[in-house]
Amino acid sequence: MNFDKLVMRDVFLKNILQSMERNKDIFFVTADFGSPVLDDIRVKYPDRFLNVGIAEQNLINISSGLALEGYRVFAYAIAPFITMRCYEQIRINLALLSSVRPLNVTLIGVGAGYSYVVSGPTHQCYEDISIMRSLPNINIYSPSDSSQTDSVYHHVISQDGINYVRLDAQLLPKLSDVKSNKNNGYRKIASGNSALIISTGYCSHTALEISDQLSKNNKSITIIDLFDLRNFNERSLLAIIKKHKFIFSIEEGFLGRGGLDSIIFNLTKNLDVKYLNFGVNPEYLFEIGSRREIHEKVGIGSKNIIKKINSLI
Amino acid sequence: MKKSDLEKLQLKANWVWQETVRIHYLAPETRVASSLSPVEILTVLYYGGFIDFFPKNRFSKKRDRVIISKGHGSLCMYPILADLGFFSKNKLKTVCQSGSFLGGIPDPIIPGYETINGSLGHGIGVSSGIAIALKKQKISKKVFVLVGDGELHEGSNWEAIMLAGQLKLSNLVVLLDNNKISMLDKTDNIINHRNLSQKMKEFGWETFEVKDGHSVREVYSALNKTKKQTKPQFIIFNTNKGNKVPKLENLPLSHVIPIDKNYMKEIFKGE
Repeated sequence: MNFDKLVMRDVFLKNILQSMERNKDIFFVTADFGSPVLDDIRVKYPDRFLNVGIAEQNLINISSGLALEGYRVFAYAIAPFITMRCYEQIRINLALLSSVRPLNVTLIGVGAGYSYVVSGPTHQCYEDISIMRSLPNINIYSPSDSSQTDSVYHHVISQDGINYVRLDAQLLPKLSDVKSNKNNGYRKIASGNSALIISTGYCSHTALEISDQLSKNNKSITIIDLFDLRNFNERSLLAIIKKHKFIFSIEEGFLGRGGLDSIIFNLTKNLDVKYLNFGVNPEYLFEIGSRREIHEKVGIGSKNIIKKINSLI
Repeated sequence: MKKSDLEKLQLKANWVWQETVRIHYLAPETRVASSLSPVEILTVLYYGGFIDFFPKNRFSKKRDRVIISKGHGSLCMYPILADLGFFSKNKLKTVCQSGSFLGGIPDPIIPGYETINGSLGHGIGVSSGIAIALKKQKISKKVFVLVGDGELHEGSNWEAIMLAGQLKLSNLVVLLDNNKISMLDKTDNIINHRNLSQKMKEFGWETFEVKDGHSVREVYSALNKTKKQTKPQFIIFNTNKGNKVPKLENLPLSHVIPIDKNYMKEIFKGE
């Protein structure tokens, strides 16, 4: 598959389409959300495809019922709706129920962060990582480009349990040639000794841009692109963190509300390092602008971050 | 059905009622009134030959699925499940005690319970998912889901009801324990369901109404109609919250009122 021209959701859906051929246990459920690749799924496998309508609560409950009877379910909707509209259904019928009954359900949320840039705050999603992190029994994946999305797919299809995969809605360029090691849950896409940036999803692209800019001032940055937000290799990541004096995290999620920064805070709290988190200023923004413009306004634009980092290191 | 068989079902329902009251006697923190309204519905379902179940092989594909949506109001399942061999009858004395798997609100750590029950409005959706799966897998078993009328105020039910009607899930049966009382008031005073039967028909369901949901004969006859259907079925059992308990039956606040201690002492004296 040539990933570079495909948005994340199409990489994920193409993989599902392929797997459905040999794996008769896969069932695909959508809350009236589509894609051209999804059309292939519903035409080719009408018996294992269901559109429940614009009804995310029922999307989750139907998925849970199908999974109770042995199906490996993929449930598909826009990211804020598949996490927040049906949060209690996820809590009761996936997180809680999967601790007593075996369930295989993967929630695919499209539209991480500001990726639905002109649609405004209803369609944007800055809360999903923190609220999904607060539930036990759910794995969380946040890929940064299409080839990493492919790795994430192969990971979730080979494991049992409940997964939430948050996908960017825009076509993002290939971030790096470095492969995404599923056992680590992250990849190191740049090495340096001035500071370490840990980022996820779209913000790993911002991190790369920051590192390029800082290199002009002879500052070299290590970048960790974290895509598995629950089961990453804590020990090896800690070893990398300990090699740096300054640690920064960047996420397209609300600042200090339990997202990526909470993960890194917990990792670094007893270490002799300086840690600063960059995230979305916890306010809703109704203004229309490009993603880069919005990022500068809410506190995660590269210019803003470079300025702060430069003043520290 | 023979008269003697109906009499046997009646005796069993009497026993289930008494054991449910006994659970409350031993564990007064349980909400008992809503567990007394579905006694006959569940007794006839389990003892009337309407479902296949396998206490020693609980998750057998060949079982009919029984989902309890109104979790709080299903303590009468405890004596039924114990009596049928899902767990030991001795355990009935341990409800709400430290270390017991029998809580005030049942959970699927209890053998015989399939799903999480404490939060309302989930049962019909999950049951629909199960019903879809059974149809796809060509397993000719039914899904029975016990729902309360107060619980129907949860919007998630209606998402599920619309879809189940659309998909003609003929293997899905909602058993509505229509005791007409929510926690704080009569359901009609909160949001009147008006003509529920007509509503369900409009959504593509087959509906039956049972005038007296405490008559084993009437319950039996309604469940008998579920055998050959082409649509999902919705049976409205008109019941009494706190049935047969003086000073509790049909009180608007019966959900939170315990049964009078002296009354229970009288029932269990000499044991």
